[in-house]
Amino acid sequence: MFAYIVRRTISGLVLLVVMTLVTMMLFFSGPLHPERHACGKICSPAQIAVTKKAFGYDKPVLVQWGQFMQGIVKGRNFPEDKKLEKDHPELVVHCTAPCLGYSKYFTQNVTTLIKTSFPISLSLAIVAFILWITGGVLFGVIAALRKGTIIDRGIVGISLIFYAFPTFFIGLFLYKFVSIKWQLVPTPEYIPFSQNPWSWLTGLILPALTLALFFMAGYVRMTRAFVLESMSEDYIRTAKAKGLPARRILTKHTMRAAFTPLVTMAGLDLAGLLGGAIITETVFNFNGLGGLAVAAATNNDLPILVGLVIVLASFVILANIIVDVLYAVIDPRVRVG
Amino acid sequence: MTDINLTPASEDIPDVPEVVVGAPPPQLDPSAKPILEVDDLKMYFPVKSGGIINRTVGHVQAVDGVSFQVPEGSSLGLVGESGCGKSTTGRLITRLYDPTGGSIKFDGKEIANISQRQMLPMRRDIQMIFQDPATSLNPRHSVGAIISAPLKIHNVLPDNKIKARVEELLEIVGLNPEHYNRYPHEFSGGQRQRIGIARALTLQPKLLVADEPVSALDVSIQAQVINLLQDLQREFNIAFLFIAHDLAIVRHFCPEIAVMYLGKIVEIADRETLYGRPHHPYTQALLSAVPDVKQAQIGGRRERIRLKGDVPSPINPPSGCRFRTRCQFAQEICSRVEPPLLQIGPRHKVACHFAGELGAHPAEPIPQSANGGEGAPANQPGFEDHWLNLSTGQTASA
Amino acid sequence: MTTTTNADVLLSVRDLKVHFPTMDGIVKATDGLSFDLAKGTTLGIVGESGSGKSVSSSAILGLHRGTNAIVSGEILLDGEDLLQLNDEQMRRRRGQDVAMIFQDPLSAMHPYYTVGNQIGEAYLVHNDVSKKAARTRSIEMLDRVGIPQPDRRVDDYPHQFSGGMRQRAMIAMALMNDPGLLIADEPTTALDVTVQAQILDLLQDLQREFNSAIIIITHDLGVVAEMADDVLVMYAGRAVEYGPCKEILTHPEMPYTWGLLSSVPDVQGDTDARLIPIPGSPPSLLSPPKGCAFHPRCVHRDKVPGDLCFTELPDLTPARSGGSHVKRCHLPNPDEVYRVEVLPEIAPDLVEETP
Repeated sequence: MFAYIVRRTISGLVLLVVMTLVTMMLFFSGPLHPERHACGKICSPAQIAVTKKAFGYDKPVLVQWGQFMQGIVKGRNFPEDKKLEKDHPELVVHCTAPCLGYSKYFTQNVTTLIKTSFPISLSLAIVAFILWITGGVLFGVIAALRKGTIIDRGIVGISLIFYAFPTFFIGLFLYKFVSIKWQLVPTPEYIPFSQNPWSWLTGLILPALTLALFFMAGYVRMTRAFVLESMSEDYIRTAKAKGLPARRILTKHTMRAAFTPLVTMAGLDLAGLLGGAIITETVFNFNGLGGLAVAAATNNDLPILVGLVIVLASFVILANIIVDVLYAVIDPRVRVG
Repeated sequence: MTDINLTPASEDIPDVPEVVVGAPPPQLDPSAKPILEVDDLKMYFPVKSGGIINRTVGHVQAVDGVSFQVPEGSSLGLVGESGCGKSTTGRLITRLYDPTGGSIKFDGKEIANISQRQMLPMRRDIQMIFQDPATSLNPRHSVGAIISAPLKIHNVLPDNKIKARVEELLEIVGLNPEHYNRYPHEFSGGQRQRIGIARALTLQPKLLVADEPVSALDVSIQAQVINLLQDLQREFNIAFLFIAHDLAIVRHFCPEIAVMYLGKIVEIADRETLYGRPHHPYTQALLSAVPDVKQAQIGGRRERIRLKGDVPSPINPPSGCRFRTRCQFAQEICSRVEPPLLQIGPRHKVACHFAGELGAHPAEPIPQSANGGEGAPANQPGFEDHWLNLSTGQTASA
Repeated sequence: MTTTTNADVLLSVRDLKVHFPTMDGIVKATDGLSFDLAKGTTLGIVGESGSGKSVSSSAILGLHRGTNAIVSGEILLDGEDLLQLNDEQMRRRRGQDVAMIFQDPLSAMHPYYTVGNQIGEAYLVHNDVSKKAARTRSIEMLDRVGIPQPDRRVDDYPHQFSGGMRQRAMIAMALMNDPGLLIADEPTTALDVTVQAQILDLLQDLQREFNSAIIIITHDLGVVAEMADDVLVMYAGRAVEYGPCKEILTHPEMPYTWGLLSSVPDVQGDTDARLIPIPGSPPSLLSPPKGCAFHPRCVHRDKVPGDLCFTELPDLTPARSGGSHVKRCHLPNPDEVYRVEVLPEIAPDLVEETP
């Protein structure tokens, strides 16, 4: 198992490195001119060239990529200019390792930017995850046990409604009614957990619910399908034939088998959500990673984009490894022999 | 609930095969030219370590040095228990796997190592019938599309003649040609197997590899399909490699039979010899394990050779003779020296150090006392003695 | 029509019907089945897919409860009608008084729990004992069914067992509470022939030891011949022939039974002879044929005067050979037809010996 984790981690790291290169190459292959964007309304070709140099975009992609990798390992200076560093050290920003780059637009280290935004996305993802897993599994199991009845159809139908409506609609709807009109929860805003855990939760609950309602629909249907599938397995018949009570068959035999495939889905969905939920964050005005990504894209801000790619990809790769390890924990056929 | 038949009654299905007592099934003709010659065929599947570097740490010796021949228009049966390599052998011959070593000569042409592209024209002559017709037919293709696919791939008929040929094939296998546009799920298990057979026949193959063609079917349907295969063999002079675990069906279908154990052929002979005077202790055990309807006359279970334990792992097969760990006659030499497959009769080869010395197995289902005068030839010297030895589990004197 | 005396009858099934309502109509999986089974004896139920043999045995165990199946009739176990019990009472009987083993032991065991856990569960649920006691009992039973090193193998998972060992473990699980009745649904169909021999040996040894009654469901007449005292041949949800095993297999009087016998080759038989299959396919249970359900496939229907076979369902009537052997057929002289027409085809060597 240990060897397996090591092997997966190594291949994951290699994948990350390749992804940064691919992102950079894609960025420069497109019709984007970040230097043009940055230098203002009236811009002479000479000025553009200077800006380009200042950004370091004049060098070949591979060199830029090399500098980027170096930044992650050793840290780097912006701009990379020995003369400027000597003459005007105040104009040079040092970025310590692991340095994901420096955003001219935000005039901040990308690492710092991500560090600021990440807790917001993380909180949102975790609360939403807990909500949708609990709800999805609970309603999915109920629907499966009441298969074909009005309860089953009701649960599946209602979850579909939430899935079908656009996220911003659900979000705005909840905002308007639950928070503003009925005042059941305070106005959604991000308050750090360390500051006040209760406010953290109440501030998050609406955006988290918006996300959860969207994801829940899928989980209700999947849970229902997996439980039904598991209930028709031969070993459930064996359990019945042994004389086990129905409740024990459900909790011990049916559920365990049904949840295994859910673990995969849940792990990957959570990892994806950690990278930010763009629409929900925008609706509720949360400055998470989603917002950062939008800002970076509209401003052609390469360092932030590459930084976000790395962070997001790391989560997905990590989630994959964790899911596989969990699989081995759950399923002895993977673990032993 | 699983055995409820919900498919509507098959009113419009022609009453299948009229029981004609045709010419007897082909007997072994020693002079027949072999259509398939397999020599020292090997298939090793690598086993990975699962360490940081995923290296190969061993091999599953699924097929390990198998040699046999199938004469033109005749049948060779491959029997053995699960994991003995019989299905792998079938897949090697149709080149669904690439053999690790050895030679496969079809019609005098070596096909063991040729590329899939070179193999393509050969596929017209070698076709396969699979065990489970429910999963080996694409549920989204109509019967017509399934059966005509080989014609289109090999481009042997102009498009306007394809339909007529498919209808002809459907008729040959006893299905209604009007069912051209139906889908596999509209047919019963036996009919689906007929569709599989029709597909295999499309290109008029010279060799059919039939991998457990009837074991998924109900007993009454098995006989229909077996009879159909026999009729087709006679009519089109098709050779069969017939892979099955049912000893009685293999005996009925094949004049010559090879018994496999852990990737090797342990005994190969014509059916009268193999079932009447088997020499390998594994063949003897296998035959004596078959339950027999005739036992009802005396009730209870008959004495039989009881094999202990399970088949060892093919990753690390026992040294010497692979059967020795379960063989009641095993001697010291068996663990040291691997017995070669030696010719001991005109068409009889055995891989056992004590071949010919262990006597016949109690082939007769009913103990000798209960029924006289039929069954196994008792003319072999020492038959009675060995029969007693076997039934009491004592070791025969070697 | 019983083949056993009333005194030692353990299980008595009377007019059992298992019907499944579907969109297209009622599927009569089992339609009026009756039989008796004495302690320490074995009943073989023979039939093809769709004959209702598995459905009937599941009904004995009450596995249809909670589904939309409609079950009627009587299933008397030790004089008590299992169909009258409520769900909780029935649950307590399952695994305690009636146990079952299944065709495919790999899918019949939960892949995520150890063999010991699953076997022990059968003991824990019916006995107020500690987990440790259940484990000890599991090891004891694994040893009894011939698993080597049971104290170590008890912690293995099902996939670490071979097919034969898994079926042994299933038998151990079924016998944990020493049930009076064991139902074996195609217990050896998924196994190799030498392993099948081992498992059948084991079942017989255990039956002798525990004096259990066994119902063995199979399509293999050879297995029935070696295992069963009584045989019940089922076709389209009904018994078509029922009686002592020796009678049924040596003097069958129902054309379907003849067909079963003639369609399997014999390991000793004449290889020149063609197999004689039963023509056609098993009937749909939604709209079974009128009259005798077997008539569309029966080659002897012309020997029955008039159109009885097409219009009237034959009753189970005593066979010509007498005794407790009953058959469901209109043929006036089945023994004669069998001797003159059928026997020469399926066992020519026996013809001269029959007087």
